[in-house]
Amino acid sequence: MYDVAIIGGGVIGCSIARELSRYRLSTAVVEQCAEVGFGTTKTNSGIIHAGHHSSPETLKGKLVVRGNELYDQLHSELNFGFSRIGELVVAQDEMEIPVLERLKRNGHKKGVPGLEIWDQNRLQREEPNLSHRLVAALYAPSAGVINPYEFAFALIENAMENGVELMVQSPVIKIKAKDGGFVLNTPDRKIAARIIVNCAGLFADKIAQLVGLRDFAIQPRKGEEYMLDKRLQGLVRRLIFPVPRKHTKGILIIPTFNGTIMVGPTAQETADRYDVSTTYEGSEQVFNSIKNICPSITAQDTITEFAGLRAVSDTDDFIIGPTKVNGFINVAGIQSPGLTAAPAIAEYVRDLLQDLGLVLEEKDDFKPYVPGPSRFANLSLKEQERLIAQNPLFGKVVCRCELVTEAEIHSAIDHGARTLDGIKFRSRAGMGRCQGGFCTTRCMHLLAERLGRPFHEITKRGGDSWMVTEMAAVRNPRAKRSK
Amino acid sequence: MLNRIGGKYDVIVVGGGPGGMGAALGARDSGAERVLILDREPEAGGILLQCIHSGFGLHYFKEELTGPEYAERFLEKAIQYDVDLATNSYVSGIAIDSNGTKQVRIMNEQRGLFTVDTKSVVLSMGCRERTRGSIRIPGTRPSGVLTAGLAQKLVNLEGYLPGKRVAILGSGDIGLIMARRLTLEGCEVVGVFEIMPYSNGLTRNVVQCLDDFGIPLHLSTMVAYIYGRDRVEKITVAPVDKDLKPDMRRARDVTCDTLLLSIGLIPENELSQSLGIHLDVITGGPRVSSTLETSMRGVFACGNVLHVHDLVDFVTQESVLAGQFAAEWSRGILRPMDNIRLVPGDNVHYCLPHTLSPEREHTIYMRCKQALKPCRIRVGNLIEKKLRFVVPAEMIMFKIKPDLLEKFHGDTLRIDLVPDAQGETNG
Repeated sequence: MYDVAIIGGGVIGCSIARELSRYRLSTAVVEQCAEVGFGTTKTNSGIIHAGHHSSPETLKGKLVVRGNELYDQLHSELNFGFSRIGELVVAQDEMEIPVLERLKRNGHKKGVPGLEIWDQNRLQREEPNLSHRLVAALYAPSAGVINPYEFAFALIENAMENGVELMVQSPVIKIKAKDGGFVLNTPDRKIAARIIVNCAGLFADKIAQLVGLRDFAIQPRKGEEYMLDKRLQGLVRRLIFPVPRKHTKGILIIPTFNGTIMVGPTAQETADRYDVSTTYEGSEQVFNSIKNICPSITAQDTITEFAGLRAVSDTDDFIIGPTKVNGFINVAGIQSPGLTAAPAIAEYVRDLLQDLGLVLEEKDDFKPYVPGPSRFANLSLKEQERLIAQNPLFGKVVCRCELVTEAEIHSAIDHGARTLDGIKFRSRAGMGRCQGGFCTTRCMHLLAERLGRPFHEITKRGGDSWMVTEMAAVRNPRAKRSK
Repeated sequence: MLNRIGGKYDVIVVGGGPGGMGAALGARDSGAERVLILDREPEAGGILLQCIHSGFGLHYFKEELTGPEYAERFLEKAIQYDVDLATNSYVSGIAIDSNGTKQVRIMNEQRGLFTVDTKSVVLSMGCRERTRGSIRIPGTRPSGVLTAGLAQKLVNLEGYLPGKRVAILGSGDIGLIMARRLTLEGCEVVGVFEIMPYSNGLTRNVVQCLDDFGIPLHLSTMVAYIYGRDRVEKITVAPVDKDLKPDMRRARDVTCDTLLLSIGLIPENELSQSLGIHLDVITGGPRVSSTLETSMRGVFACGNVLHVHDLVDFVTQESVLAGQFAAEWSRGILRPMDNIRLVPGDNVHYCLPHTLSPEREHTIYMRCKQALKPCRIRVGNLIEKKLRFVVPAEMIMFKIKPDLLEKFHGDTLRIDLVPDAQGETNG
């Protein structure tokens, strides 16, 4: 029996798993997708918020500033990409200036460091490509950007290194109370655990219902994001926010960690928990809104787009705590600023578990470090030569658009990639201009060889996302008749 | 072979597809002693290797070959001609020193990172396919949306099928070829959907790949939505008006598990851009002189990296020339500078080369914007010729003789495609 079963391997589940891996506990992460971070995490905007947006009275408001602080150490240990590029909330007319001041006071109360109000001159000097009609801005230097999926991968890898077990493609379909704990049923196995931490994101209410809890509901709120061509790199240096509205921080300009500029997200409620479609309306909303802030960005600059779903609870705050069912803890409704708060949520949950009587005894052999991936493309010629001398597979280019070598693909697989998306999000192979046109078959072969699986069983992202079918499958006369 | 590579070359050719092989042979024929082809794939031949259908070589060899056969003829010749060839060799950059010597930086598994010197360079990196991102189709992002070229590679080189029930967006040649190929392999191809009112592929491909197999071609129709959580489940198609906006009232759903994209090709000029070579915004390839030389002296370009061709035979013709000019450059034979600019006029999408010289014969490559039938082509006031028809899918090629240009005293020559008045009245 595990001490703790964490349901959901998003950035929250992975953060909690990694925190618990410091202690002498047995922990399992039970994830429905093929890899961790493949749900909401993968489509997150990747912003580490300074913390002045949310009210200090809410739980999310309390956890966001602490979360932000913890990122420096996490980054030094786990080597995911993180950069404090700062953020600006820009006022489009005089009427919006009081909002900036309110946000600044909000931030002061919560201990957000370095907040400044910039006048029009300062704003134009610092960000010359923004609209010259903007009148002022609130500057928050501690805001940053990360690649959220890389963060989840690093967290789970480190957690597993320290003994946490990960079970993928394991949707929990039934939970029974047994022997003072629980038994979780997935289609393939049964998992016994004393305590359940429900981090199931979009499905957290469904998981709670499995133990008879019906005190909250998740309302998915969709966000569409548009990635812009590389040639726009450097157009803005900081995260650019409009003045926030009631439900959303608005349409932002996000210089992602890799430099590519992204605009979005929209905020559209949807009933379908799988609805990650992009729409004409979404695209129009994003580009109409952004042109007031940065007139040189147009829809024609898009190279790709995607959508994600925020797991918004009907309380509009994080729901973190024990429930009427002894040993069942909810960590639900983690919408923005959930990514920023994740490290603080992990600490908070750790303390809750202790309150529930779990004995936390620190391991003396806890290994906090994960080496970051070697990004061949970002190295100097000297370093590139050194790497190839060490491992000739660094001399073999697989993805020409992003210059990803075979050694990096091997490393991605060795560090947990099981699908093409897993390789893409770890190594960037297939993320460039040709979108995998040239490297897809090579990546599939490498996955098949290294995992010892047939070529046709390789998927894009697990489940039914098959890539190819065997020729015999359509030659089968019965298959033909059925059409 | 790899160990032999070193010293200084006369011509280094980047890319071992039909363009690169043609250039290498052209260079040897014109007196270049040492010629090296670099290719990033394990085998030279480029995209020809996955084009197992026939129809190659009708113009150049006057016989019908498959893609691999066409490539093999050139490879055999390259061996006879003592051309050096390095495969699995990725060109990661080119530097030019003060003497004009080009240092080509190569990445290779066995030799690591190394540079090789050369007097001249021919760029022939080919092109890549446009993707879903470039046309922004709304909907989900399931597996099963892939370019026609990737599907071709999966079927012909890997021996797997990309799906069972296939819709094709765009009527580019690779899409048409794949419609036939997948049908022959037992897949159900439910239709080809083309947003324009005409096909983007060669007429012969529409006839031989669609009509002969009863595959419907839906012109003026777009894919307006993609459905499916993990894998494509269906698409919505809708007719478009003349502004190419979908009429959603007449939209319908088409069940399929695969959507192939055959929506155009883009010359792969990242290496050219890193050299600071000037590109033409219309072709996406380098701007070239009448010797196919780019804005960088001693760097030439040919094949699909210069502009997208419809037939490999034309790539060969063009690249043999590029190889000849590169060899002449390396031997110090300097041609007089071009002094005439060639510019596209009415209904001309692009024309190449960008400049001409009255000293020699020129082959002009061009494409029209809109179909015209019949029409006249006018080159300044030098040439006026009747054409039976022009369509955007088919490249127009013709020669200009030097004696004609000698009569020309301007500095800008404009090409127009105009309706043939008589033809119009004839209906």
